[in-house]
Amino acid sequence: MPKEAPLSQLVNKYFYTHQFPTMWCPGCGNGTVAMLMVRAIDKLGLDFDKVIHVAGIGCACVAHWYTTFTALQTAHGRALASATGIKLANPELTVVVTLGDGDCAAIGGNHLIHACRRNVDLTAIVYNNFNYGMTGGQVGPTTPLEAIASTAPYGNLEPPFDLCKLAEAAGATYVARGAVYYVRELISLIERGIQHKGFSFIDVLTPCPTVFGRRNKLGTPGQMFKAQQDLTVSVKKAKEMSSVELEGKWARGVLVKREAPEFVEEYEKLIAQAQKGSS
Amino acid sequence: MQGEKQARLMQGNEACAEGAIAAGIRFFAGYPITPSNEIANIMSRRLPEVGGKFIQMEDEIGSIAAAIGASLTGIKAMDATSGPGLSLKLESLGLAYMVEVPLVLVDVQRVGPSIGMATSPAQGDVMQARYGSHGDYAAIVISPSSVQDMFDLTIRAVDLSERFRVPVILLADQVVGHMREKVELPPHEQVKTSYRPEPTVPPEEYHPYRGDDRGVPPMAKFGTPYHWYANSSSHNEDSFQATSDYAISRKLIQRLTHKIEKNKKEIIEVRGELLDDAEIVVVAYSCTARAARGAVLKARKEGIKVGFLRPIVLWPVPEEEIRKVADTARAIIVPEMNMGQYVHPVREACFGGRAKVFSLPKVGGEPFSFGEILQKIREVEASA
Repeated sequence: MPKEAPLSQLVNKYFYTHQFPTMWCPGCGNGTVAMLMVRAIDKLGLDFDKVIHVAGIGCACVAHWYTTFTALQTAHGRALASATGIKLANPELTVVVTLGDGDCAAIGGNHLIHACRRNVDLTAIVYNNFNYGMTGGQVGPTTPLEAIASTAPYGNLEPPFDLCKLAEAAGATYVARGAVYYVRELISLIERGIQHKGFSFIDVLTPCPTVFGRRNKLGTPGQMFKAQQDLTVSVKKAKEMSSVELEGKWARGVLVKREAPEFVEEYEKLIAQAQKGSS
Repeated sequence: MQGEKQARLMQGNEACAEGAIAAGIRFFAGYPITPSNEIANIMSRRLPEVGGKFIQMEDEIGSIAAAIGASLTGIKAMDATSGPGLSLKLESLGLAYMVEVPLVLVDVQRVGPSIGMATSPAQGDVMQARYGSHGDYAAIVISPSSVQDMFDLTIRAVDLSERFRVPVILLADQVVGHMREKVELPPHEQVKTSYRPEPTVPPEEYHPYRGDDRGVPPMAKFGTPYHWYANSSSHNEDSFQATSDYAISRKLIQRLTHKIEKNKKEIIEVRGELLDDAEIVVVAYSCTARAARGAVLKARKEGIKVGFLRPIVLWPVPEEEIRKVADTARAIIVPEMNMGQYVHPVREACFGGRAKVFSLPKVGGEPFSFGEILQKIREVEASA
């Protein structure tokens, strides 16, 4: 196993510590996801100046308040569209996008499916906490059926999206699911997503104890983290299980990985062709 | 021959695209909408030839969001649309004012409200272009009246957007966008436009949101040692969140407004004719300015002391120039293809002056004939 940088070194390099404490509630999984993203980027040894962090709006989209990467905070739902512009304009940049489940699959749903289809070399990390945390726990596109939310006080009637299936169907060339309880695996999933040439989609299950957990009586933050052991199975194990056994469980790991022409590279070829034609 | 202007017959939208290329626009994100389509069509072909990038996004919101992203990397970026598209873009346009992202947005106006009439002209987006996004900010909106203007003012829009780190709207209309006229094109190398101010201090001394003496902060390209945060929330000079600090938020909003309003002498441009002895002045812009000028010249032949004032930059409002004629003339007529929009800032500029302001609205998609404006001039003349 490669040697990992000590925590204090990582924190001092990648975080504005003068902006701490973070706004996340105690027990929230989002800080863990942000830290693991930083670990993945550090392990890859990327040029620090050329990593761009793009975010939408919501509890998922505040990691860039604290990280020292150059960042853009877009309007709610628009992160992938702006990230597309950044990457196309300057292909040298590594563009990492943090999104929430409502941010990416509800208000930003159109940008999500087209980013998957277009296959621009972006890495999208979705902090999926099954509700709109920042605004007080409203029902969202990943809220489970019958779950209680501040705008679904009688229980959710809408079937949720499986974000990974959505991304795969829309054409994403790298699709993975991680869970914050599985720290090392998640670092590796993010690492591989950044390395993948093309659009990478990483759905990260992260507990929201304060507004989702409490309303749905899911126990303490510790219990919610541990519950991910029962709620998820590795992709490898999932393959050996029947559909009945898999009911109510999420497969964790790399779900899709395939090679396909990357949009920006194809565009660069188009430029070369057009310039040959015009000269 | 090198160095000489080349005369060509062009369509307005084509001249806009050519002006954009000449001005150094190297990124265009768009979404199909009539009557602006030709701009995107041409840019998709022209940009790769000059090493630039074109992308058609999944919707109107996506296209302005992509242009914002591209501009942050240091490339001059552009988007074009019409009224319904402008309505959709307004949230992200507001973000561009807040984050201070230079870009040019062309709105080739059509009849509204809603889907309205896609292939007929209007001037119904004048207020939307200035005040459409939520919150307070100051906008630059430029109004072309001819195909030559579509070329020249696109260049001007790029220049101003870069100079002030602000989105600039080129508020065209279906007539100006679709008509064909003779245009004189300078060689591209003779076209000079500004580039956004960049930091001159070392990265550790960079304050991404500290304005210079004009209120414009230096802008570092994304992907350089200058790490900064393009922040759409209320932020301090170092771009950190300041969402509970009233004083910082107040200062930010004031700077966003003042950098335009206090430098308006550099921005505004008006064209006046026959104003010295004018008792009546017609204030008109975009395609209506053509009919209005014709009406003024005709009325002069009839012996009516009438003048013509055309704000080329609609926002910020050329208040002093309007005020000047309001003190000398006794009447101002504002013909426009809407129910009366620009007449409001004109009235405000004229408040307390000698001139009485008359609105001459026309809606439904049919442009003004010079006869209609001439008739109003005669009426106002007779009412003296």
